[in-house]
Amino acid sequence: MTDSTDLIPSTIPPLLSPTTLAIRRFRKHTMAMMGLGLLVLLFLYVSFSGLILNGYCPPLGQTLYGEAWANCNDTGARLQPPSSEHLFGTDVIGRDILARTVYGGQISMLIGVSAAIMEVFLGALIGSVAAYYGGWVDSLLMRFTEAMLTIPSLFLLIIGARFFGGSLPTINFFGRELTGSVIAIILIIGATAWMYIARIVRANILSLRELDFVSAARALGASDRRIIFIHLLPNTMAPLIVSATLGVASAIISEAYVSFLGLGVQGATATWGNMLDGAYRYLETAPWLWFFPGTLILLTVLGINFVGDGLRDALDPRSSRHM
Amino acid sequence: MTNYILRRLAQAIPQLFIISVILFALMQAFGDPIAMLGGRIPPRPEDKERLRRQMGLDQPIYMQYVTWLVGNDWQKIDMDGDGVPETYGKRAGILRGDWGNSLVTRQPVLKMIGERLPNTLLLMLTAEIIIIILSLALGLYSALRPYSLFDNIATGLSFIGYSMPVFWLALSLMYIFAVNFRRWGLPYLPTVGMYDPAVGKTSFELFKHMILPVTTLSIISIAGYSRFVRSSVLEVLGQDYIRTARAKGLRSMIVVRRHALPNAALPFITVIGLDIPFLLAGAVVTERIFAWPGMGRLFIDHTERADFPVLMGILMLIALAVVIFQIITDVVYSFVDPRIRLE
Repeated sequence: MTDSTDLIPSTIPPLLSPTTLAIRRFRKHTMAMMGLGLLVLLFLYVSFSGLILNGYCPPLGQTLYGEAWANCNDTGARLQPPSSEHLFGTDVIGRDILARTVYGGQISMLIGVSAAIMEVFLGALIGSVAAYYGGWVDSLLMRFTEAMLTIPSLFLLIIGARFFGGSLPTINFFGRELTGSVIAIILIIGATAWMYIARIVRANILSLRELDFVSAARALGASDRRIIFIHLLPNTMAPLIVSATLGVASAIISEAYVSFLGLGVQGATATWGNMLDGAYRYLETAPWLWFFPGTLILLTVLGINFVGDGLRDALDPRSSRHM
Repeated sequence: MTNYILRRLAQAIPQLFIISVILFALMQAFGDPIAMLGGRIPPRPEDKERLRRQMGLDQPIYMQYVTWLVGNDWQKIDMDGDGVPETYGKRAGILRGDWGNSLVTRQPVLKMIGERLPNTLLLMLTAEIIIIILSLALGLYSALRPYSLFDNIATGLSFIGYSMPVFWLALSLMYIFAVNFRRWGLPYLPTVGMYDPAVGKTSFELFKHMILPVTTLSIISIAGYSRFVRSSVLEVLGQDYIRTARAKGLRSMIVVRRHALPNAALPFITVIGLDIPFLLAGAVVTERIFAWPGMGRLFIDHTERADFPVLMGILMLIALAVVIFQIITDVVYSFVDPRIRLE
């Protein structure tokens, strides 16, 4: 062993990909990991609690399991406070609130994720088309985006809820019947929340499209569609992932607002939002009506916001906002 | 400067026009306002037909839009249903100051909004003042002691604050300060309305009724804004001119007050300016829960009855406020930041 060999490390550290680096940064982010843990717990809660939930339903005279139990309305046991039989109490028509938060949570999370996917898709499409083609396409799309941003989103949601209300068919999804109003809410939230994403994507692509690799792709004969989807959009993935994550949180809150105002998901299908509809009338007598679904919304949104913040720091270390 | 403002106002016109077209098109989905009228005795079909003609609802949608925009007093319309236009219309259109009449109450829309707007503004402006003062104070305090115990607690609470759905916060506050305080025999706060009918319209009653809604509105905004102030103060504190100010021996108080705060406040002015008009809308849920007779509740009540002149009026008023505040924010920004020149 001579001294000169020590200058060259015996093992060269592997070259880390940006993804690996981002994952490392994310795992060091304490709040984000706590948020992720919280989300995993909530996900397990809404996914698997249904397997062990059951109860005796007096009007039907039999023991019910799963979603049927969540929809069993025992009018003899209306507005009961939390007890060993009904851990979270019962609602105005005697349904078990624990079971309804489980099945409502599934729908609320489904609405959150689907609406976020839809808004990212719309935002990315509109933003990239506007930036890539420029000219009158850009000004038309951006004027439309500005107009949508000028109308407060809650009003758009309310109008949208009336627009689609009750006009969509029921579909079957993973063995659960989804009424048309669930689809309607997803469409409404997706269609009213894409504007910020469109602006971010447009700003990024405006600078990206001037770079040499785009000219190279064009010289090789790539179509506009290929350049937008294969070359440009993947390069603006970081803000898209962050917006999508935070979009799930705001979609869950939006669903809750619309349902709270009585314009959301209708019928027997529970969501965390529509369990709150009318609950404020029982503010004094039955606080458990709004406390449990409301707290679950709060925890979910909190978890997603923590994760979103961690993702922002992990994917884009330059923008280290000191939160 | 005058040129700039005029040009911005000119640009706002097509924007408002697009908004009004989008909204008017969406309003058609609200259903038939006549069918919603109902009442205890359902109107006869011929009465419905007559009402529809009187309200101009028999016209094709683009004609309804034109009427809403510029009126119909320059053309004859068919009022008696014989297919021959014989009477001049009475509407002047929103461009000439006629916002139309409510289909439900038959009152002018402008008058209905005018009755509710002061209530909403009272709630909003009080909340806004509290929001600005507290976010500046909290953000500044956190930024001067970054990563201290206070800062970490404030960060955690602000995350919870802006993850909170408004109604959950409102219901929790009501449950603690109205329901439980009364149960425990403590002085409790009223929950709904603006006044207690038993006491009358005193300003102390109004103050008591405002506490909970204003707190609800403030907490959520303070959570976000105070973090925003904190990060912009932290950024400014790292600048060279702050080091220069410290190096020449200025007291730390003066460095913060004279050099750091004015610079850190610049982005805050933009955020506040652009958000103020949205506060008008943010009150929809709060007004509903606290039964506050403001514009948000007017909107919700008339949504259910498909009263589109009222809905259009409220939405256009808010859109107008948003556009005007965008211009005001830009102008104010150019005054406080001499680096920015508006042309």
